[in-house]
Amino acid sequence: MSALLEARGVSKAFAGVRAVDDASLTVESGSITALIGPNGAGKSTLFNCISGFVRPDHGHIELAGRRIDRRPPHRIVRAGLGRTFQTARALTRMTVLDNVRLAAPEHPGEQLWGIVARRAAVRRREQEVTEQAHELLRLVRLDAHAGALSGTLSGGQRKLLDLARILMAAPRLILLDEPMAGVAPALREELLAHVLELRAGRGLSFLVVEHDLGFVMQASDRVVVMNEGRVLMGGTPDEVRNDDRVIDAYLGTHA
Amino acid sequence: MSDPALVVRDLHAGYDEVPVLRGVSLHGGADEIVAVIGPNGAGKSTFLKAVAGIVRPTSGSVAFGGDDVTGARPDRLTRRGLGFVPQLDNVFPTLTVAENLDVGAQALARRDRHDAVAAVVEQFPLLRERRRQRAGTLSGGQRKLVALARALVGRPSLLLLDEPSAGLSPRATDMVFDELEGVRERGIGIVMVEQNARRALSLADRGYVLDMGRNAHAGTGADLLVDPRVIELYLGSMTAAPPPPGGTSR
Repeated sequence: MSALLEARGVSKAFAGVRAVDDASLTVESGSITALIGPNGAGKSTLFNCISGFVRPDHGHIELAGRRIDRRPPHRIVRAGLGRTFQTARALTRMTVLDNVRLAAPEHPGEQLWGIVARRAAVRRREQEVTEQAHELLRLVRLDAHAGALSGTLSGGQRKLLDLARILMAAPRLILLDEPMAGVAPALREELLAHVLELRAGRGLSFLVVEHDLGFVMQASDRVVVMNEGRVLMGGTPDEVRNDDRVIDAYLGTHA
Repeated sequence: MSDPALVVRDLHAGYDEVPVLRGVSLHGGADEIVAVIGPNGAGKSTFLKAVAGIVRPTSGSVAFGGDDVTGARPDRLTRRGLGFVPQLDNVFPTLTVAENLDVGAQALARRDRHDAVAAVVEQFPLLRERRRQRAGTLSGGQRKLVALARALVGRPSLLLLDEPSAGLSPRATDMVFDELEGVRERGIGIVMVEQNARRALSLADRGYVLDMGRNAHAGTGADLLVDPRVIELYLGSMTAAPPPPGGTSR
């Protein structure tokens, strides 16, 4: 395996508070890496630095060998990195199905040339996208709501829609910010299975902030632990759950 | 159980033309923790909002402390002692932690405000450390604690909590659940929606399972945890697995 994402010495301060302090981490190609740590450890800020929503004060971030830390978010997306947010962001005046369809890469009908000259290809692709969108909605149990405006969904359902959208976009590296928070337990198992399947079948890589230890321990190849803005340690799930520093700062009695 | 502080009968509510609640009944005492669980989109958050006066019920009734309060304004309900902590947007981001707590004290008489804030700060060490920090710069989990603390400052007799543990680290979750037990011991009732269902049902005296906007099952927390219908609808098989080594329940 080789490094798909490499962040070195990333720092970010807000009004004097060091949210991320000289943090480094690597995501191997085709792996699932979990990022855990106490509330306020800087996990979401590091996510924001990697995805371009926040410009780091210091540090160097590379995706597949290309430097991305000075690029705006949409160009990082184009380079193959997609993310979800802790609080789901959907286009509320659009239907649930269209939200997912819109996330698909390669819409030949987007360009005038495509509409005029490649009508059959456009139609074929649109149909493909629609079928795939229905499939993903079945996975996250939103198929009954496909025609509803996404603004009518509950908080948990919007997170699931967000997940369906990112799985539709299927970038090489998927950053998930607490995908399991607010999701019903039975559904968590199915989502976990699907993430594992995507990794195995399509070689996608994941970096996941998550507090659900079931997910962290079962899904991840590697776990990176942050505390007070710094990377405390990295290792296999077993190494992490048995590390005294991690038990003390994060796990409490759950190790 | 003493006389129930909160009695909800056949509550219906929704947004615009979309009905979400299609008849939910529940009661909660001043000395018990009641968990409301169910699949995503079952209407759990809407139920709390309809009880708290944020969403107007279309039919059914809500009684609190023996009085009919159906459709009453949220601020009136807060003054009566019914506190509500929403899932999101639960702190004032531009105010400091201390100022957020002061806002929670506004429902009290002026002479009681200082003591009420001091008593709550005493319980949460984090709040003392970060008194002067703007709430908007706190992490998601820390904001949850501020929101819970702010609701407690108003000296409620019953708290409505929407997913108190979502987004919290395992350790912080322990802290919140321990805190909830302490809240119950002080005679403050809790009605909470929670996806950390195993944990919530273990702590709760009673639980209600909602599905498609209606009551599906109800019982003691312990009974619901092993009810095959609840496992099938909602809990799934993973939660039936033994807890991790050395751990309590998760």
